[in-house]
Amino acid sequence: MQRQVALIKQSLFDQGYLDEQFMELEELQDDANPNFVEEVAALYFKDSARLINNIDQALERGSFDFNRLDSYMHQFKGSSTSIGASKVKTECTMFREYCRAGNAEGCLRTFQQLKKEHATLRKKLEHYFQAS
Amino acid sequence: MTREIVNEIPNLAESMLTALVVDDDFVNQSIHHKILDRLGIKNDVVSNGKEAVDVHCSGRNYDLILMDMDMPVVNGIQATKKLREMGIESKIAGVTTRANEVEKKEFMEAGLNEFQEKPLTISKLLSILHKLDFYAKTSAGLFNQRWDKANCPKVRVDPDNLIH
Repeated sequence: MQRQVALIKQSLFDQGYLDEQFMELEELQDDANPNFVEEVAALYFKDSARLINNIDQALERGSFDFNRLDSYMHQFKGSSTSIGASKVKTECTMFREYCRAGNAEGCLRTFQQLKKEHATLRKKLEHYFQAS
Repeated sequence: MTREIVNEIPNLAESMLTALVVDDDFVNQSIHHKILDRLGIKNDVVSNGKEAVDVHCSGRNYDLILMDMDMPVVNGIQATKKLREMGIESKIAGVTTRANEVEKKEFMEAGLNEFQEKPLTISKLLSILHKLDFYAKTSAGLFNQRWDKANCPKVRVDPDNLIH
């Protein structure tokens, strides 16, 4: 069972979904808080769902307030970095570059990809925590 | 970049250090609080610069403040300036994802003692504590024991986050 958990975790790193920051979080786990990483992940997905919703609404309105979008994405990138969500972080960076370039189409395209990566990571981490 | 593996996390509870985490992001609040907890440093958490100022107005004081830069209501730069105007002499470490030199300079000039890029890790926080001379507050014996390399054979040193 432990070997299976280790394999799941290894594949998350090998496929680039997680980076070494996730390992830093695991090192913080102790007997007092044996589910610390899972709790932080839950916080992250709750908070990022809110940000995705805000960005979705802003994009649906059709008016591209690039400053506001960039501000949302700055937050998103920050918490994604803190949890080690590597692919999500990359999409956040790309989105911000499109914001700075005033490229609405680029923003829309990247945001779709970001939501995909975010959903995939969520599923994979749920699977990992269930197996642990 | 070589990641430092800390064989044994030092317990600084004996030092009675206290800290305040100032960050609007719940994920970062949770992580920074936990890092301080693991090091045995009692800490409080607030969500923006105004709350950081208010908590000091209520009479609380801390040895170390971990100050995020981008926060609503009152940001880290404004809060740092205000705390210094109030005569707060706590060590303030700016912790932010913004790393360009102009922004870093502006944050430092607001009254920071130290600056560290997010995300925080145990080794980054220990680096802050070392640079801010908090090690002087603990018994030399505690640190000689904890950081004797013979006791920590698995430690790999990251040149950017040296621990002495």
